[in-house]
Amino acid sequence: MRSDRGQRAPLGLKVAAACGLLFLHLPILLIFVYAFTTEEKSFVWPPPGLTTQWFAVTWNRPDVWEALSLSVRVAAISTAIALVLGTLCAAAVSQTRFFGREAISLLVILPIALPGIITGIALRSAFALADIPFSFWTIVLGHATFCVVVVYNNAVARFRRTSGSMIEASMDLGADGFQTFRHVVLPNIATALLAGGMLAFALSFDEVIVTTFTAGQQQTVPIWMLEELIRPRQRPVTNVVAMVVVLVTLLPILFAYYLTRDGDQIAGSGK
Amino acid sequence: MTIAVVQSNPTPAILPGSGGLRGALSDLFWRRPKFLLLLMLLPPVLWLGIVYIGSLFALLAQSFFSIDEFSGLINREFTLKTYGDLFQAANLDIILRTVTMAALVTLASAVIAFPIAYYAARYARGRWKALFYLGVMLPLWSSYLVKIYAWKLILAKEGILTWLLAKLNLLWLLEGWLSLPIVGGNSLSVSFTGTFIVFVYVWLPFMILPVQAALERVPGNLVEASSDLGASPGQTFRNVLFPLALPGIVAGSIFTFSLTLGDYIIPQIIGTSRLFIGQAVYSQQGTAGNIPLAAAFTVVPIVIMGFYLWGAKRMGAFDAL
Repeated sequence: MRSDRGQRAPLGLKVAAACGLLFLHLPILLIFVYAFTTEEKSFVWPPPGLTTQWFAVTWNRPDVWEALSLSVRVAAISTAIALVLGTLCAAAVSQTRFFGREAISLLVILPIALPGIITGIALRSAFALADIPFSFWTIVLGHATFCVVVVYNNAVARFRRTSGSMIEASMDLGADGFQTFRHVVLPNIATALLAGGMLAFALSFDEVIVTTFTAGQQQTVPIWMLEELIRPRQRPVTNVVAMVVVLVTLLPILFAYYLTRDGDQIAGSGK
Repeated sequence: MTIAVVQSNPTPAILPGSGGLRGALSDLFWRRPKFLLLLMLLPPVLWLGIVYIGSLFALLAQSFFSIDEFSGLINREFTLKTYGDLFQAANLDIILRTVTMAALVTLASAVIAFPIAYYAARYARGRWKALFYLGVMLPLWSSYLVKIYAWKLILAKEGILTWLLAKLNLLWLLEGWLSLPIVGGNSLSVSFTGTFIVFVYVWLPFMILPVQAALERVPGNLVEASSDLGASPGQTFRNVLFPLALPGIVAGSIFTFSLTLGDYIIPQIIGTSRLFIGQAVYSQQGTAGNIPLAAAFTVVPIVIMGFYLWGAKRMGAFDAL
């Protein structure tokens, strides 16, 4: 039993921690209020009145739907690619020791460690050099590259907790490699993969820096928002979309947390 | 019950091989683990190697090209002229401005992050611990653009901050601050102060997590021993807690520093018309069409981060990640 259990925190620390958390959360809550404002032209506070009409207006905007559909398709396919690549890489790195193992983990982390603009402009200049026109797949190419690390982080953490003797036991009992994977390895890592996949989806859904370089004329939801931030057309619609985006990204995060909460608390660290 | 099952099931101890392609593959993987390893590594390494490292090298190669100032065409011959352009006063200004901003943002994030991380690591238990964890995780993962947008709402001249300060009769403070050179401006949303606040806000969770991880490893009895030996809370912080948390702070600063160096969206939406490195890269490759200079500009954060990571590794920051 640790002796420090049950101690009271000093008041100053409590206040500072609470203020820090408020600083992190109040701005996001403000978005929810602005989605209902009747004011069209400015960001005036307090809102002169409350209305739900902008939800209907947003619902009927085809450009919003197109952006949403593109974002969801890109995120789904990038996540699928990242799941395969990240799991393979995690399995190789955690189950065996080999020359260049550190280099592999560095390679996976690099797309996140270097500023996004470098990844973006590197991809763009490579597309230009190779004469690849911008398309749906150029976006996916970029997104999958930096989504691998999220799946990898979650899978590596779970592999570390899964003991290798279970695999040996399965083989001793007569299962072949595929059966062992299907009945022993997969059930063990499934929730970690699900969590990693959701985080990858959220990451891809929200990405804007790399996407501006690889999208050409197409608009994902973040690109649409960026466009509205620079050249506002209809502010209330932006408010509503912002609120919906917050809600849409909130759910996978909460679910990913729920899946990995006992033990490997790695889910979101190192976005 | 188990005995009955065993007795009624007289299968041989050694199963026959499953045969076929699947069996052959399975046997091959078992006999040659190296082959399986190679097969597992090949797809991710090929993908990252070709798509990512390949593009990175293509970019670096272009930084050694130059642009013909009259025709605007790219001259594909090796030259260091583009790197020379980086040292023009205007470009040096951009680099200096970005690095200063990154350093200030890192410092401020560390100061705000420490109490949150310390409380979460040492005092929060059970339900509260989960609450703190989610309290950091949710803002970290909420949409980056929405967070910036929220601050545009807050910092706007007619926005909530001005309203709040007016209610508190503190408007003179805001006006005084905005009339200062460099940090001031027409309103907070078009000043460096605004840029700074938003940077701190957006990257703060990246600082909290590693600091908390480092502090969780500090045994509580060290703090008690320090105060038993007569240290004041300030002395305990300076001589015990801070040195032990430092690797975590350095680890967090890798994120805050690197992310600030490369960002071009925050200063574009909330800030002055003076450029940061990211914006310079963006405008050079976009409107100016000067890919070589844009590529040379991206080398600046890579080099700075290289030194930074090297220093961080020496301080043991990677163990805190």
